[in-house]
Amino acid sequence: MHIKIKRRRFGQLALLTTLLTFISSRFKAAIGQTSPSQPVKMSAQGASVSLNINGVEQTVDIEPRVTLLDVLRERLGLTGAKKGCNHGQCGACTVLADGRRINACLALAAQYEGVAITTIEGIADGEELHPMQTAFINHDGFQCGFCTSGQICSAVALLDEVAAGEASAVTDNIMEIEEPLVINDAEIRERMSGNLCRCGAYPGILAAVKEVQGA
Amino acid sequence: MKSFDYIRAAVPDEAVSLASTLPAAKYLGGGTNLLDLMKEGVEQPDNLVDVTRLALSEITELPNGGVRIGAMVSNTETANHPLIRQRYPLLSQAFLAGATPQLRNMATVGGNLLQRTRCYYFTDTNMPCNKRDPGAGCSALEGFNRIHAILGASEDCIATHPSDMCVALAALDATVRVQGVDGERKIAMVDFHRLPGNTPQIETALQPNELITAVDLPAQSFAGRSYYLKARDRNSYAFALVSVAAALEVDNNIIQQARIALGGVAHKPWRSAEAESVLVGSAPTLEAFEQAATAAFVNAKTYEHNAFKVELGQRAIVRALSTAAQEA
Repeated sequence: MHIKIKRRRFGQLALLTTLLTFISSRFKAAIGQTSPSQPVKMSAQGASVSLNINGVEQTVDIEPRVTLLDVLRERLGLTGAKKGCNHGQCGACTVLADGRRINACLALAAQYEGVAITTIEGIADGEELHPMQTAFINHDGFQCGFCTSGQICSAVALLDEVAAGEASAVTDNIMEIEEPLVINDAEIRERMSGNLCRCGAYPGILAAVKEVQGA
Repeated sequence: MKSFDYIRAAVPDEAVSLASTLPAAKYLGGGTNLLDLMKEGVEQPDNLVDVTRLALSEITELPNGGVRIGAMVSNTETANHPLIRQRYPLLSQAFLAGATPQLRNMATVGGNLLQRTRCYYFTDTNMPCNKRDPGAGCSALEGFNRIHAILGASEDCIATHPSDMCVALAALDATVRVQGVDGERKIAMVDFHRLPGNTPQIETALQPNELITAVDLPAQSFAGRSYYLKARDRNSYAFALVSVAAALEVDNNIIQQARIALGGVAHKPWRSAEAESVLVGSAPTLEAFEQAATAAFVNAKTYEHNAFKVELGQRAIVRALSTAAQEA
């Protein structure tokens, strides 16, 4: 919060961190087999857990049963991610873990040590909104706003998934991995189906994602 | 949620030994199902052994032409791995038909095998359920049983298995590799899950504290002649009312090999030997597909609200087979 790094630089750093984490996770297997490390134990009474949230190392004393969502909201004051259903059914708690979208309500915080977490509070570049945030505003991609943080985090991750060529349930030929994906309305709807909006702002959400995705 | 001790294991041996020595221990993968059930009080472990950092996160080719998927590979990564998309598209389709991007990023292959039923009465601790509380009775038998089983059920339990992945794995004749205190062993996917009988609380062939380490796919992949069809109440993000994993090997216009596995109809992914035996030796015609579809449900037993699943299942089989036959 207090650290003033230029946000664009921070964005680059975050990308680099994500890439490095991705690469290191690829090698984790080999390392794990040759140099077994010690187990990490945490008693039910609680212990200190280090989390990397929006590029800042945060240490919290928590019980193992505390979810990442509760740490963000109740301990770190990051109330952007919302507790909607608390069962992984609505997507209002969506955050990014090493660049991948997850439901923070179904994540034990203790399991996410060493993982770079990005919340809606870390999506903008300083005062400059992320293009997805601007698009949500321009297209009225919300009414009450409760689901919006999750929708935007999810949509930001969607861009990376598409760029990486990841398929969805409506992708035509799953065996075709060389051809670029065709991202039409059906693709966006399917890829955003883990985020519910009770106000029914779906047309605006679709338009916003479509604009940024360049579909 | 009841409190518990958390241990993040570094190597499989240690995970197995911790789970076997600690009281009321459970392995923790992605947590998407287990944590949810712990919040409801359905699961109440005293110890969680986190196995997500074990070196079980690789997808590799096997010397026999098959592919090994580590138990801790995420559903997303498996669905999108080039080896899976190109050689086992049926499995990619099944993964992508399930849950949401968020959940698929978290959920592991090992955890997916151990998903619990989505029977409402199992999740509702105020209702009797033989699976949750053996001997308590089954609320679904006379209750709202629209999503329940029509094949292989018992008077003690009519719950269904919720996984899409498992249906494709059953069709592909996958093998589950497990590690226990006495070493490693392999379990055929079709034998991994159990029918409820009078012990619906025992859902798999795993011994207590055995750890799933990998899933092996055989060389025969049915690429280009397979299809996963899922029928559900909404077009995305819902469990299957009925799903079909269909795969064919056709030579000289005669079906040499056929695989039909059904989801949403039984306590386990349901391989239909009846449908497969109708298909093998026949030409891949609509008539043969319809006969297979009829054969698949000859032993179906329906309940008050789920009789629709028979016709839905028959039509789904015909469509899945027709699509599979058109490919390649």
